[in-house]
Amino acid sequence: MGKDWPLSILVAGPAGAGVFAASLIIGRVLFRHGVNVFITNEYPSLIRGGNQWALIRSSPDEYIFSHRRLADIVLALDNYSARAYISKLSERGIILCDEKDCGQNYNEHIRAFPFRKVLEEYKAPQVALNTLASGVIFGILGASKDTVSEVISEQFKHRKEYAELNLKLINKGYELGVALSVGQFPQLSKKVEEKRRLLIDGNSSVALGALAGGMSFFAAYPMTPASPILHFLAEIQRDYGIVVFQPESELAAINMAIGAAYAGARAMVATSGGGFSLMVEALGQAAMTETPIVIVEVQRPGPSTGLPTHTAQGDLRFVIHASQGEFPRVVLAPGDPGEAFTLSFKAMEIAWRYQVPVILLSDKFLAESYWSIDEFPSLTPSPGSVIRGEYQGDYARYRITEDGVSPMALPGTKNALVYANSSEHDEYGGGTIDPQMVRSMNEKRFRKYESLKSIAEKEGVKTYGKGDKIIVTWGSTKMPILEALKSLKDIRVVQVLWLEPFPEEALRKELAGSQFVVIENNMTGQLVSVIREKLLVKPHGFLGKYDGRPFDPEEIESYIASLGWV
Amino acid sequence: MDITTYDSGRRPVWCPGCGNYGILLALRKALAELKLAPEEVVIVTGIGCHGRISDYMKTNAFHTIHGRVLPLATGIKLANPKLTVIAHSGDGDAYAIGMGHLPHAARRNIDITLIVHNNMVFGLTTGQVTPTTPIGVKTKSTPFGNFEKPINPLLLALASGATFVARGFSAEIDHLKEIIKEGISHRGFAFIDVLQPCVTFFNTYTVLRERVYKLEESGHDPSNLEEAFRLAMQNDKRIPIGVFYKREEPTLEDTFKHAMNPPPAERLPVKVDLSKALTRFR
Repeated sequence: MGKDWPLSILVAGPAGAGVFAASLIIGRVLFRHGVNVFITNEYPSLIRGGNQWALIRSSPDEYIFSHRRLADIVLALDNYSARAYISKLSERGIILCDEKDCGQNYNEHIRAFPFRKVLEEYKAPQVALNTLASGVIFGILGASKDTVSEVISEQFKHRKEYAELNLKLINKGYELGVALSVGQFPQLSKKVEEKRRLLIDGNSSVALGALAGGMSFFAAYPMTPASPILHFLAEIQRDYGIVVFQPESELAAINMAIGAAYAGARAMVATSGGGFSLMVEALGQAAMTETPIVIVEVQRPGPSTGLPTHTAQGDLRFVIHASQGEFPRVVLAPGDPGEAFTLSFKAMEIAWRYQVPVILLSDKFLAESYWSIDEFPSLTPSPGSVIRGEYQGDYARYRITEDGVSPMALPGTKNALVYANSSEHDEYGGGTIDPQMVRSMNEKRFRKYESLKSIAEKEGVKTYGKGDKIIVTWGSTKMPILEALKSLKDIRVVQVLWLEPFPEEALRKELAGSQFVVIENNMTGQLVSVIREKLLVKPHGFLGKYDGRPFDPEEIESYIASLGWV
Repeated sequence: MDITTYDSGRRPVWCPGCGNYGILLALRKALAELKLAPEEVVIVTGIGCHGRISDYMKTNAFHTIHGRVLPLATGIKLANPKLTVIAHSGDGDAYAIGMGHLPHAARRNIDITLIVHNNMVFGLTTGQVTPTTPIGVKTKSTPFGNFEKPINPLLLALASGATFVARGFSAEIDHLKEIIKEGISHRGFAFIDVLQPCVTFFNTYTVLRERVYKLEESGHDPSNLEEAFRLAMQNDKRIPIGVFYKREEPTLEDTFKHAMNPPPAERLPVKVDLSKALTRFR
């Protein structure tokens, strides 16, 4: 029972008990001590009751890519959690709970406190149990009291009276934690690190990347797990002077965004698979009218309404093929918040450079987990080649050009009438059924594909580590794989970031002469099928997961062991 | 400016005698009289015979997919309120597949004009029933007669809080032109249902000519909501045309004042300082 990092803290309780709030407070306090932090959560689709948990894993010495199965400290906010998470405890683990909640099934891991009595003493509501108990953790870890009070006052900045009460409770908890004198956990250094980094989730990173890319119009209909993008942007819309709007449906959201983009606004929508299904018709419209649009699709397990609050990577084949007809599109899949930011920015840039729909394929695990990461890069959007003001000459919205990109004037431009047409059209936008024109328009649109393909080859693949044995993956599954990689030797991880166009040559080069397996969060091996189709090669093995949960690094380690690679 | 200003030069492919010609002419006249430059105007059209109108108008245009005229037009207007946005929809487009969007456009009072080409039948798909087909009418999809009660578009618009509700008749071109002018000049959502015979699948010329009467000639006060409801329900042998109801209210664009200087469409992509938004993640 060493005092070593990493340390895993799990907070569990019924929905409405402040499980996530507590995990963010704990995560932030650790983060502000200069510790690397990762926070993930699991919750059922309901507002009160049920059971949910959040796990904070941290270490000052190494990047934390994901959770592991066992927790060192469990903060149980109710009787059910006190019983249910005993099996999640590590060897050195303890479970903190109210004396009434953990009275039965007593064992040496349990640390009981008179939490509810304290709340009564302080005339505090039941919901404040989460902060009181968090205080115990801060006491155990010797957190800086200044940092704790800083985080608390920020958390409750809109409700000053709550901040005061919660601070009192945290301090009381702190005393209880110090008095416990448990020696098996690492101590936080008192010094707060100067270097300011970010502790951020995938959804917010996507929102900020788009903002950096010049987004001025966002529309979305609420759908878990994409809704936090809407909430975040709605909250900051006045600071950034952008339109953020929740219309009557996903159909309305994407059509509004297409209208806004036609008028000249860099526009984005965000949804999950079910909402994307409704948007598919308009996806084709964006392609046919060559209107730039960015669609964020945050995957959850499906089909239909599936598991609304869980994670999956089951929509890959859907998004690369969605809509009738043939047209060029771009599908990008970030695997961590840094990539969520840069690819969201990139999505906006590509959409406007090539006048194509760009889909950013995220997932619940990425979207709602928090990672401490380095600063986002400072990005400047390119000025673009949109025509404003006045046009010289004979304007044709769908002029046939060498690279397939036609001059895009905005309505309001003098001497240029902009006719966008979702039916097949001539160079001016007028409807046509002429076979020669139909062929030319198809060829014009697909000429963009060549440029997009070459970007995909350059930027579509990333590698980690060295070795002749390769794990290929995409999206956030990269994170538990990288966590597992810490204990695996001579294994290379290859992440595919561009799923359409597919970086087949880059991947072929990467895989040449090596054995490779594919790991992804679905049942049928959708990336496996794309690789087989594009590269005409078959992986040595495939590990899928389809229970709505992200991979545990342990599962990856034992899979790699079963291959005899270690 | 005269009506030729707005003529794209493309020859209409509507059936001879189609009610859409009247709407096209009324629209061009209205724009000419309002002296709107073609580049200031965006025509948004849906799918169906009405949708072809964008081919014949020399203005900006967006010919969108079936039923999505209103959200598309809303996006354009929100992104650039300087544009005059005129949406066209058919009765199938507006009241069948696109019905979900109509009450919302009305209640949020987006400053656009919606002109519904209401011929009470699906024309381009060769004559099936729509939500405004009268009960009992035999169409290709209702060979034993339409069994559904038709909806009342004007009641729907009034009940949804539309701030401008009118009905026109495509054979009364100058009257329709005045309604369109008033609708375009109205600040807010202007709803204009236009009775428009389909000469091929549901020819209603004779009946409509006999029954329509003009509201302004009967002394109707368009600020009277209750009276507007009563007139919209008028179900006897007389069909009122003209402006039923009109009121000034804040528009959707007003809600987004914080984003309108300059409006989203005029924003140049520049480096954005994210530091304020990032403070919560530090």
